This record gives sequence, C-alpha cells and structure tokens, in this order.
Amino acid sequence: MSTMNIALSITKTIQDWLIGMMPEGVASISAMVIVALIYLAIFAVAGLYLVLLERKVAAWFQLRIGPNRVGYWGLLQTMADALKLVSKELTGTIKADKFLYNLAPYFVIVSSLMALAVFPFTKEFQAFDINIGIFFLIAISSIGVIGILLGGWSSNNKFALIGAMRSGVQTISYELSVGLSLLTMVLLTGSLQLSEIVETQKDGWLILQGHVPAIIAFMIYMIAGTAETNRAPFDMVEAESELGAGFHTEYSGMKFAYFFLAEFINMFIIAAVATTVFFGAWLSPFGITESLPWLGVFWFLGKTLVLVFLMMWFRWTFPRLRIDQLLTLEWKYLLPINLANIVIMAIIVWLNLTIKF
Amino acid sequence: MTNEALQNLISDWIPDLEFTEEESQFLNITVTPENLHQLMTELKNNSETKFDYLFCLSGVDWQPELGVVYHLESTTHRHMVVVKVKTDDRENPTLDTVCDIWKTAEFHEREVFDFFGIKFNNHPNLKRLFLTEDWEGYPLRKDYEDEINMVIK
Amino acid sequence: METTAVKSNFKSEEYFINMGPQHPATHGVLRLLLTIDGEIIKKVEPDLGYIHRSIEKMCERDSYQQIVHLTDRMDYLSSHINNEAVCLTVENALQLEIPDRVKVIRTILSELTRIASHCLWWGVMGMDVGALTTYFYGFRDREMINDIFEETCGARLTMNYNIPGGLMFDIHPNFVKRTKEFIAHFKTKLPEYDTLLTGNVIFQKRTKGVGILTKEDAISFGASGPVGRGSGYSCDVRKHHPYSAYDRITFNEALKTEGDTFARYQVRIQEMWEAISIIEQLIDNIPDGEHKVATNAVIKLPKGEFYQKVETARGELGVYIISTGTKNPYRLKFRSPGFSNLSLLNHIAVGGKIGDLVASMATLDLVIPDIDR
Repeated sequence: MSTMNIALSITKTIQDWLIGMMPEGVASISAMVIVALIYLAIFAVAGLYLVLLERKVAAWFQLRIGPNRVGYWGLLQTMADALKLVSKELTGTIKADKFLYNLAPYFVIVSSLMALAVFPFTKEFQAFDINIGIFFLIAISSIGVIGILLGGWSSNNKFALIGAMRSGVQTISYELSVGLSLLTMVLLTGSLQLSEIVETQKDGWLILQGHVPAIIAFMIYMIAGTAETNRAPFDMVEAESELGAGFHTEYSGMKFAYFFLAEFINMFIIAAVATTVFFGAWLSPFGITESLPWLGVFWFLGKTLVLVFLMMWFRWTFPRLRIDQLLTLEWKYLLPINLANIVIMAIIVWLNLTIKF
Repeated sequence: MTNEALQNLISDWIPDLEFTEEESQFLNITVTPENLHQLMTELKNNSETKFDYLFCLSGVDWQPELGVVYHLESTTHRHMVVVKVKTDDRENPTLDTVCDIWKTAEFHEREVFDFFGIKFNNHPNLKRLFLTEDWEGYPLRKDYEDEINMVIK
Repeated sequence: METTAVKSNFKSEEYFINMGPQHPATHGVLRLLLTIDGEIIKKVEPDLGYIHRSIEKMCERDSYQQIVHLTDRMDYLSSHINNEAVCLTVENALQLEIPDRVKVIRTILSELTRIASHCLWWGVMGMDVGALTTYFYGFRDREMINDIFEETCGARLTMNYNIPGGLMFDIHPNFVKRTKEFIAHFKTKLPEYDTLLTGNVIFQKRTKGVGILTKEDAISFGASGPVGRGSGYSCDVRKHHPYSAYDRITFNEALKTEGDTFARYQVRIQEMWEAISIIEQLIDNIPDGEHKVATNAVIKLPKGEFYQKVETARGELGVYIISTGTKNPYRLKFRSPGFSNLSLLNHIAVGGKIGDLVASMATLDLVIPDIDR
C-alpha cells in the first residue's frame, strides 16, 4: 500500500531516487528529462490509439467494421500507418521558407505536450502543479495558433494561406468562449490551481454544484472546444469537398503526421480539461473507490473517453457550418450567452445557492 | 389550342411560312432565317400561344442545307409546336440567336455551333462546348471524315 | 485557351480558381472555372466534354436495338428509364400495340430506378455538406434495389432490359416478393433519413435561402424534374404527357414554391414517397400476358420525325428521331435534362459563397455523362 502511494507522486519519487546517485543539480535536471520522456511516450501512444478509436467509432456509425486486419481487432493499425508515413519522401516546395516551414509543426506539438503536463491523472500523479493551472492551459492553447499560421504562410501556396487564415480566425474566436466558460467554473472554486479544483469537487462534481449556469457553461465549452480543434462540424477549413486541403497541403510524411496527431491530442486535451473542471477529474462518484488511489487513473481516462466519444459523434453526424455561420455563432450567440452566464454564476455563488453534497 | 387554330393565328403574323403536319406528331412551321427572331419573339410573347418553354434545340444536316429545329411548349396552354429554319450556306452558316428569348438556348446553340458550325448572331459566348478549341471540322455534318476515329460499317 | 480570354477581364481583387475535373464535389468529370472575389463568386463557367463519346453520331450508323444499349451509358443512374425512352419512340413510330403486362412492369422498374437514383443522391448530398455518414445509409438501400435488378434483368447498373417491342425476357418469379419486402423495409428507413438530415439545424442553415431560382427563370432555362418543381413549375412528364402505365395510377406531383436548395431537396424526398405509393398500386396487379411483341429483326422506322418525352430521375429526357425509312436513324438527338439544369448553375451561384455552390450543385443532381453524351 505504502509503496503504491509513494509511486504516485511521480516527480518526487524520481527526484529522490536520482539524488541518491548524483549531485542535486544534475539530479533535478535528469528528473525533468525523464519525466518529459515519459510524457512524450504517453503522447505518442495516446495519439496512436485515439486515431484507431476514431476509425472504429466512424465505422460503427457507418454500419461497417473498420480496421481489423492488422493485429487483433486492428490494434496495430496506426503503428503500421506511422511506419508508412515515416518512410514517405519529405517533399517541400522550392520557394517555401525553409526554416519556418520546418518549425511550424513543432509549435503545434509543443503546445499540446505542455498542456498534457498539467493534468491530474490521479491523486499526486501530476507532472506540473502550478498555481495558475487553468490560466496556463488557456495561454498554451493560444500558442498552437502560431503553428497553423506559420504552416500556411511558409508553404508559399495561395490556398494553404487562405486555409491557414481561416483556421487562425476560427481558433482565435473560439478561444474566447473556452476561456470564459472555464472562468465561470473558477468562480465556484475560487482558485486557478488544478489540484485545488479537484479538492473542491470532493463535495460533489462542479457541474452539479453549479447546476444551471454550470450546465450552460459545459455546453458552450464543448461547442467551443470542438471548434478550437478544427473538427467537424467546424472543419470547413480542411473539408475535402471544398477547395484545397487547408494549411497542411504542402506537408507530407512525418511532418504531416505531426499536424494530424496534434489534432487528436488537442481533442484529448479539450476532453481532459472538461473532465477536470466539470466532472471531478479522478474522483469516483460518491467516493466509492477513494481508498484505492490508483483507480483514479481509470476514472479520469473513462470520463475523458466518454467526452472524446461525444466529439467523434458530432463529427460523423452533423453537416458542416459555412465559415461565416461559424463566426456568427461565436460572436453573436456564444459570447453574449457566456457573459450573461458569468453574471448568473456570480450571483449564485454570492447568494450561496450552490448545491453541496 | 388545336393545330388548325395555331396555324391560322401564326400565319397572320409573317408571310412565307410553311406549315405541315405530315410525318410528325406536331405542327411544323418552316421559317426563313430573316424572319426567325421575329417569329420566335411573337410566339413567346403572344398571350394566346405563350410558348415559354423551349425544350429541344437540335441542329440537323439536311443535305444540302443545314438547319436548326426548335421544339416549343407552352406551360400555360400545354400545346406544342415545332419550328424549323434552314440555310443553304455551308461555308459560313449564320442564324439569329434566340437566347435573349429563352435562356436555355445559350448552351444549346453552343452545342450546335460545336457540331455543325452554324454561327449565331448576338450570342454572348459562342465557343465550342464539348470539343477542344483547336478541333477542326464539324463532326455531326454528314460530310465529316475522320479516318482514325470514325468506324463506318 | 480560355485562360487568356478570362485574364483580360481581371480586376485586382478577383482571382481565378479551377474546380478541376477530378473533384469530390462535382459528381463526375466536370470542370468549373470560378472567378471569385474573396469568398463571393462572380462567375461560374462549366467546361464540358471530358466524357463526350459522340453517342449521337454513333446512333446514325447503329440499328435501333443497338441504340438502346447506348442509352444506358448516358444517365447511368436512370438507365432503365433511358432505355424505355428509346423503346417508346420506336414503338410509337411503328404503331405497335404493347401488352399491358409490359407497360406495368416498365412502370414498376422505372419507379424502382427512381428510388435507387434518389437514394444515391441523398447520400451524396449529405456527404457534400459534410455529414459523411449519410453516404453509407443511402447506398445500403440502393444495394437492395440493385439485387432485385440483378435477379430480373441480369445487371446492376446498365440494365438493357427493354427492347423495342417489350422486355427482353419475363420477370423472375421472385421479383414481386422481393419488391414488396424492399418497400416494407424502405418505408421504415425514409422517416429516419428525414430526422437525420432534413431536420438538422445546421443542414437547414446551409440550404435554406441558398441558390434561389424563380419560376420564370426555371422555365426560361429549361429546368425540368425536381429542379423545376422546386421552383413551383409543374413539369412532371408523367402527369402532362403520360406514357406506359402512368395513366392508370394516381399520384401527387411534388411541388414547392421557394425555389431554394432546401425546396429541391424536399421535392426529391417527396418523390421517393410517391414512387413507393406508385409501386404499391401496381405490384399486386401485374396483368398476365406476353412480355413482348414480335418485331422484324431489322427495324425500319417509317419516314418522318418522332419525339418522345419521359421523366427520368433528373428531369425530362427527350428522344428526337428523324428517319428517312432506312434501318438507321438519319438524326437522333437526346434532349438531356442535365444539360439544361447545368446551364442555370451560373445564374444561381453568382453572388453566393463557395460553400453555397457545393450545396446548390448537389441539389441540381448532375450526372455528367448525361450532359456530355
């Protein structure tokens, strides 16, 4: 029991183990490197299996089976696809700005990785528990936009540039809604730190504590989150039946794989943030498995995967919105509703009308 | 309106029209190229005939003449009539366009120009439609020869 | 080529985009040259001829039975109806008395073809506006119809079951039973499609008020079929010039007056319901009799001109034969519905956005081999 508890506080464990072997400064740096590598591995594996999950879910909606030849039940399919992508020729255009062209995918990946670092997978299993947690998350997701714009600009392709501009506009607009809806929940907790947010949810998940405004905030958050990651029904930018292929037209091989994986990891991040802020992260309902902290990981992943499934469901059911309808939705509908919602939540908190268990 | 009534009405408008009902289900009117546009405008605008639906525009090589056959229908009275126009000139056949009367004629006349070579005056965009710009000859004419592509039984 | 001609009309903000012959949204090999200003379309010019096979010239040297085989390849989604058009023209010219059994079977097969074509159209329409799942649902039902056709006619796409004089062979014993099963199954599916796509708010916002065509313009452009009926123009050939068994059944003509993309969509869904009702009226009472009338081995039409109109899934198909009494037609012209429907694309797309162009083209339901012949 006690060994399992120690292993949970991961950074502390690794650091202590290393201090026993080398001087302190070197130990802390190597601890950081090891934790980073572990997260990189989680990122890669999660990305691969999310792609497979998407293909299986799509097939289920479309009355077919999906990949089932490579590995039992298709489990090795994405591995095979990744190997194929690695072996592809990295074409580039002659007049493309070489440095920016190569740099653009890394912006997107780095921002996703940094966001992954702050999630509380279970009690004390959190790489980076900063006291401005939510603020950090929102700030990091804004960096991803730079990658998109750089990718479109440096490809030296008229259509890629148009696609990148549209995508950039869409992402920037919907970040507002994401931030404001998360802010609504912060009013309930009084703290931006993610582990504190989970602590306050021991009296009941925040979506239940906040009842009406929290549910509205959740719905706005899901819509805005889907739009942030350029997924259907907001994927006009990458739509195959429109012109061009969006900002990643000129990328091939591994670089294209980076953009592609980053989209799926972003989807996971949106769902994970929703789980943390609205649904109690790793807490089990009514505290039934509180004595087994390891199970927190499964609760966290379970709730996140339900929300990921919801986003996939949207993609395969709804038609696409036109670009001007998309922006109208944000600026004329979601933003005013959000602002009104914050006021309502503030009134409810002030008058102590929240539900506590 | 019956074919006879139509014949009586239309023959009052323009002289030298030929009417026949032999060998066809409809009333056929043959008109000279000079009177074509006037006849067509009158057929569309006159409230008793009101032929507002041009449903078929075909080019025909009558050997030796080239011509166009127009099938017209009225959506209000539901009667149909056929107008034929022929021109003897095979080198440079020209007819008046009717696309200011029925907008569907624009594409149909381009097709006739493409396959028969008949030019239409005042057409907004008279270019070949199906064949490439540099194709020589007019394939649907009876004297068109192409040893490579045509299989003659 | 065209590029030099268009460049001379350029203003500084407009640019020129090619929706090339290979494109997921253009339903075949159609090339569209778009002149756009930002997101607004200024001009659409179609470039045709990529699948032109000179069918009309070939018909001038083929016998009438051979011509029937060429018509399948024009509008391959309504192949049965195309065959019927030529057969009816020849039979009317020869003044043959066609048995009732043949007429009823031809009508049932036409309506099944119409449902199959509309199922495919529905699937592709959803796919064009972004709902990728509808494609599979549309094809699932189309597969059932194709299986029925395969058993009776021997082919799934290009039927060739009609010949001048009747049908090539009699229907399979399972035909009636399988058709009834299909109708029962399809009646449960069609309301599902309504809920899935028609009732969806996003879909309605993409299609309502988009690509408006007034009734006068529809008549002037020669629009027929669902395109004309969506604008309030009553143009159903089955009602106004009935052929085969259409004069002995009752059905409603689907008419809407708004003239936008959503109206044309609703007209086609309504047509599917009407087709089901027509089949139900006929399937139990197929008269007994011969399945064909004997004709000469070499068919020669009398001297004269003959015209026959039929209603395909796309609109009004016309077959115009000029015959000089020999065994080949002197001139055969196909008046294809897609040709006139395409000519109005420039009219309805100008002033809208590119997303609207894709939605409007999906409801025009163009099959390019029909246009190019």
